[in-house]
Amino acid sequence: MTSQFDIAVIGGGNAALCAAMTAAEAGARVLILETAPKSYRGGNSRHTRNFRCMHGGPLGPLVDSYGEEEYFADLLKVTSGKTDEGLARLAIRTSEECLPWMEAHGVRFQPSLSGTLSLARTNAFFMGGGKSLVNAYYRTAESLGVEVLYEAAVTHLELEGDRIAWVDYTHEGATHRIEPKAVIVASGGFQADTEWLTRAWGPAAENFLIRGTPYNRGVVLADLLEQGVSQVGDPTQCHAVAIDGRAPKFDGGIVTRLDCVPFSIVVNKDAERFYDEGEDVWPKRYAIWGRLVAAQPDQVGYVIIDAKSLELFMPSVFPPIKADTLEELADKMGLPPAKLRATVEAFNAACGDTSAFHPTELDGVATTGLEPPKTNWARPITEPPFYGYSLRTGVTFTYLGLKVDETAQCSTESGPIRNLWAAGETMAGSILGQGYLAGFGMTIGTVFGRIAGREAAAYAA
Amino acid sequence: MPLDLLQEARRQAEICNACRYCEGYCSVFPALHQKRVFTDGDITQLANLCHNCRGCYYACQYTAPHEFDLNLPKALAEVRRDSWERFAWPAPAARAFHTHGTMIAAASVLGFALLFLAIRAIGSAGGEGFYAALSHNAMVAIFAPAFLFPLASLAVGLRRYWRSVGGARIRWAHLVGAFGMVAKMKDLAAGHGDGCNFEEEDRFSHARRYAHQLVMYGFLLCFAATSAGTVMHYGFGLHAPYGLFSLPKLLGVPGGVMLAAGTGWIAWLKLSADREVGDATAWGGEMGFVLLLGFVAVSGLALYALGGTGAMPLMLALHLGAVLSFFLLTPYTKMAHGFYRLAALVRDAQRKQETAPGTGNEATA
Repeated sequence: MTSQFDIAVIGGGNAALCAAMTAAEAGARVLILETAPKSYRGGNSRHTRNFRCMHGGPLGPLVDSYGEEEYFADLLKVTSGKTDEGLARLAIRTSEECLPWMEAHGVRFQPSLSGTLSLARTNAFFMGGGKSLVNAYYRTAESLGVEVLYEAAVTHLELEGDRIAWVDYTHEGATHRIEPKAVIVASGGFQADTEWLTRAWGPAAENFLIRGTPYNRGVVLADLLEQGVSQVGDPTQCHAVAIDGRAPKFDGGIVTRLDCVPFSIVVNKDAERFYDEGEDVWPKRYAIWGRLVAAQPDQVGYVIIDAKSLELFMPSVFPPIKADTLEELADKMGLPPAKLRATVEAFNAACGDTSAFHPTELDGVATTGLEPPKTNWARPITEPPFYGYSLRTGVTFTYLGLKVDETAQCSTESGPIRNLWAAGETMAGSILGQGYLAGFGMTIGTVFGRIAGREAAAYAA
Repeated sequence: MPLDLLQEARRQAEICNACRYCEGYCSVFPALHQKRVFTDGDITQLANLCHNCRGCYYACQYTAPHEFDLNLPKALAEVRRDSWERFAWPAPAARAFHTHGTMIAAASVLGFALLFLAIRAIGSAGGEGFYAALSHNAMVAIFAPAFLFPLASLAVGLRRYWRSVGGARIRWAHLVGAFGMVAKMKDLAAGHGDGCNFEEEDRFSHARRYAHQLVMYGFLLCFAATSAGTVMHYGFGLHAPYGLFSLPKLLGVPGGVMLAAGTGWIAWLKLSADREVGDATAWGGEMGFVLLLGFVAVSGLALYALGGTGAMPLMLALHLGAVLSFFLLTPYTKMAHGFYRLAALVRDAQRKQETAPGTGNEATA
């Protein structure tokens, strides 16, 4: 059976939509196969909020400039050099032309949100957030003639030599097979498949929370890897942050993040500190805390602050646990009370002159003689009431994925697959070997989605 | 019940405050993001700032079936209507009309009947034009109290509102700010200026904003026409009927056309919009009010067109009856929203001034 569609796009988030719109504008007949129902369409993109963008001068909502070298240097810092420089620079350079393209396809930007002023120069925020971007793209895609099937779960892509011969999917209780000329995979990572995460991480992964969509189970990724499609990345690497331990298992999104770590001490379940809470401003550190917490017993951490710090950070969705004494707080949080008091007293004793305290700048207010040290914002925890939050590892997306070249094309050991391209989180491991840079996922998705759409349309023409 | 409505809106506002993705849409979010805890007064103020543009609802990643089950436009619409009912004087009147379109229809019929009776019983003292059906003095005797009573009632309600939201002394700059927002209906344009999401899910359009502008400016023109007539009558001894190129007609005819078109458009849009993203229980009351206002406009225009025919006394009774009901119901129907919205925008202008950069009140993190 030949398909009435030239191109099948697997997935329904930002990268998939960018690919579909680009291909449709080039004249291709495009079908989007989105696993989620309409109300949950858009994958992790529905939880995103900004786009990291290079710019030579003020551009849209972005102020000043943010050049390629600075952008690349920021990426090198967070990935410790584990990136593909060619692909990374391609993403960075192309991001500048993406912003006007996004606006032309319905995305609206807003000034940097309150509490995120440090990103005003580098990241363009979507008005209404990622779901409004997704909504706008679906409207634009549909006006371009793209067809969308929701609750269409792709189960298999048949690799025949150097091409994909057909695509199997289920929809409304029936299985279907289509034979599009080209296929674009943009169906994200595998983080929602706890069993796969556990294979990579060990049993610790069962305690991880998944910040985004429960639909990214890596079905297509696993299917392609089994057939010998080239892979990239380490299965234990992912975008993981420390979030409120009370967050739902899936889809908690932005509201479960906690910004209070720099003003706190963080202890494990034995009431012991394990890392410098004041190493850097939070937007530059939140992404390492997921792994730090994952390495602690039971994969849990506890943030302790006192009354004077309560209003220094963005409120989170769950109110803090509150107590008049440290012992009472320890009791409420299931920590050993005597040990918590000892840890706090040791920390307090190591604090020095706090007159230079400045909540939004690296203030150098540090501990002395404490291991691990707290190198900024170190103020003694003395003023009741005391507040606590539990911290757990929240996984955004996994980095193990499909290896692509600069045309977003997939390959096997014997060479490129003629009609298969990949975009978004499913290939982001090519650029993000480890670590994360805020707003870079949307950059990768937009840049490589557009490339994949262009290449697939050219092939199908 | 009101406590539950406030509590539900508070629960949702706290989630919004941890997200902030919607900050650029309207006046609600910058005001919301400035608080860490929400008093009942804060929630009431936020509710009255909300114009039900629905941008935040369709952009929200936490709407049902998500377990957070956010529907802020609905939660705020319910608190808003409840606040109008609580603050109204007398409150039972508001509870009867805000949620019951049939009550508005019944009140209108009562208005017609009253005017029929007046025309038959009092009739004319030998005047010209409309005054041949009902004398000028009789009209004044009926409409002066019907105009002044609602104003007094609204004043009581607004005073209660102002106290509840902690309003400060009003200055000229606050009024300039608030009237500027109203004149352009900025909160229905959204921060990006593409309009709101109303009649077709997440599609942005200016339809509701333009329809509302037609109603508002049409109403104001009609009101100006009546005022002009009053001044001409008492100030200059120029009595009705007025010619086409007189001030009352030059203001009133375009005003009536705009009001009729605008109310029709709004009613049509309301039929397409998802009722569950607003105060579903008040849908009938709102629709009844829109139709009554539309009837005031259409019957006014018809009266002008048929003024010289035998249908005039009938049309006069219908028009004046509708006007009478409309005036008397003003504090107890959706018409009240204009006054409360204005008060909320004045209060918001005060908030912006209180927290202007450099005052030390801006958020630090």
